Amino acid sequence: MNLSTAVVLGPQRREPLLREAIDDLVSSSGGGVALITAGWEEREQEDEELRQHVGRPVQNLELWTRVERVFDEDAELLKAVRGRYATLRRVQELYRLRLEGLMRPITELLARAGEDPWVDAEEQDAWELVRGLDRQHVARVTEIHAEFEERVQLTERAAVQAARREIEQQLNDACCLLVAGGHVGILLQRLRLFDIAGLWGDQPVIAWSAGAMALSERVVLFHDSPPQGSSYAEVMDAGLGLLPGFVAFPHARFRLRTNDSVRVQLLSRRFSPATCALLDYGARFDWRDGEWHGHTDSRRLCLSGELQEVTP
Amino acid sequence: MSLVKRLEAAVERGEAAVGAVLDALTFPHVEGRTVTFLFRGEAQGVSLHHWIHGLPRELPFRRLGSSNCWVLQIDLPPGSRMEYKIGVVCGGRAEMLRDPLNEHLARDPFGANSVVYGDGYTPPEWTEEDPEARKGTIEERHVESPVFGDWRPIQVYRPARFRPTRRYPLLIVHDGADYLKFAQLKEILDNLIHRLELPPLIAVMTQSLDRMNEYAADDRHADFIVQDLVPQMEDLLPLVRQPSARAVMGASFGAVASLSTAWRHPGFFGGLLLQSGSFVFTEIGEHDRGPVFDPVVDFVNRFRKEPGKPAESCFVSCGVYESLIYYNRSLVPLLNDTGMHVRFREANDGHNWENWRDQLREGLSWLFPGPLWHVYE
Repeated sequence: MNLSTAVVLGPQRREPLLREAIDDLVSSSGGGVALITAGWEEREQEDEELRQHVGRPVQNLELWTRVERVFDEDAELLKAVRGRYATLRRVQELYRLRLEGLMRPITELLARAGEDPWVDAEEQDAWELVRGLDRQHVARVTEIHAEFEERVQLTERAAVQAARREIEQQLNDACCLLVAGGHVGILLQRLRLFDIAGLWGDQPVIAWSAGAMALSERVVLFHDSPPQGSSYAEVMDAGLGLLPGFVAFPHARFRLRTNDSVRVQLLSRRFSPATCALLDYGARFDWRDGEWHGHTDSRRLCLSGELQEVTP
Repeated sequence: MSLVKRLEAAVERGEAAVGAVLDALTFPHVEGRTVTFLFRGEAQGVSLHHWIHGLPRELPFRRLGSSNCWVLQIDLPPGSRMEYKIGVVCGGRAEMLRDPLNEHLARDPFGANSVVYGDGYTPPEWTEEDPEARKGTIEERHVESPVFGDWRPIQVYRPARFRPTRRYPLLIVHDGADYLKFAQLKEILDNLIHRLELPPLIAVMTQSLDRMNEYAADDRHADFIVQDLVPQMEDLLPLVRQPSARAVMGASFGAVASLSTAWRHPGFFGGLLLQSGSFVFTEIGEHDRGPVFDPVVDFVNRFRKEPGKPAESCFVSCGVYESLIYYNRSLVPLLNDTGMHVRFREANDGHNWENWRDQLREGLSWLFPGPLWHVYE
């Protein structure tokens, strides 16, 4: 399911734009907003600064705490979740192994672009392999989730049902849903466990950083200069699919070498035709009328290896 | 025209011409692999004093004509750092000076040296205070040591947003006060934790008043760390009480102390960070490093015979301009054979704090990888 309207923002710790975005999105309603900070894990409830900034009633859904409580009550579910986590880790390792083998030659081909038509032809074919691998991986992970949900009968479990009813109640009073960043895996797990997308439906959403990643069609993990290991972006999972054709790159200033044309193309070409959005401080992208609209300083990665402002 | 010829021509033209060259260029002047040092002043002799193993200790400057300009050119590989002082003989007196034309200084417990950056080297930006990074805290404490029969000063680093309800990994740092002062350890921990390259961790900085003996593979020191310090820290702080969440580190003799502590208590520490370790050993005969190295050589020789498996992971670094590079290179295959996960890094640098500083990002994240691939705040 895609949303009709949504706003995606860069990090909100400095220069927050959240209040302005809420006012733009739900100006006619003076109602409160629902907040998800499950990605902050044990700091989930440290939302005072955010509340002050928003300036209207905020109901934190406390998904992280709720899940911890569910696990306390339902040890069998906790065991099953841990088992799934171990499986996902293993699958990710194996995917990474294959990915490395495909990305290295593409990097070389991009560096040699324009030498002759054969290089370009090989590059096109190489991308097909990478995109195919990404698709296979998402399909495999989706299968693992589906098998898990069926095996544990997630929606039938008493602790989950009770929490879900409470959340539904809280959502009824909200005119907008805010999804903060943090640990994208934990956030996504919590969102899925309570089927937040199903409960909220097609109503206004504002998400930033990992929140935007979790709501996209694919969750892409990335860092161009990690202190250890490979620097090739990895698809981790399917996201909730609420933000169509959008790949979020929060903290791009720190994480991406955007002045390196090859590094930019490694992302923009791989995820084409999606909008590869740089979510730095001050960035804002609006989804409306079936299109992404940018605000000042909101840029995306281009197929040419350059950055481009997204037009309002 | 080469720089030296340009300087010679300027000297012939007079003071104004020399001044013009000095205004136009900075010294030491780095061009590719060639570094040109300039000294101006009355002297009978001028020389460059450095700590690069394998080169003559003193490299003489050449006087340009009968002027007060002295010049020296050396070859310095790209990415290098070289610390130095300028020796000046004047009126029969010899003096060691920091280079008056060079603003870059490297500090250490003995003072400060001038430092020249080779082509392509810049101090890593993650070593400097980042205003955006949340700041951890440092607390001064003392711990009782039944092993030594005294109380010992320590400093405890708690990460920003410390929570008593959370459990943290533990990093023990030998010569910890020096790491804080000369290797920007606090700024680095703040930055790397903020950037998610390290998990939030607690670091305990130890400092010995008798390091040349206690750090020289002294059994008592190993017991102090394992039997006195860590248990008291576990009582005081919310630590993960597992070997995989404990690491010990140090440089020079501090690296010897780290390895010998882990070797005497195998399985207690999960990680080791060894920087420019004084791992001198002998294949035959006696060593020539003086009596302070006797217990070190004895330990390293024994370690080489029976290394066991001191920890799970180990990061080793050393400067290629150090005399210790041979010993560190020799240690690496041995460590690999123990089954530890070992990473070894060489730097175009010497036996100094800024070399050790520059390796901390890779070394610490090797032992304690942070959640940067999964957290986007």
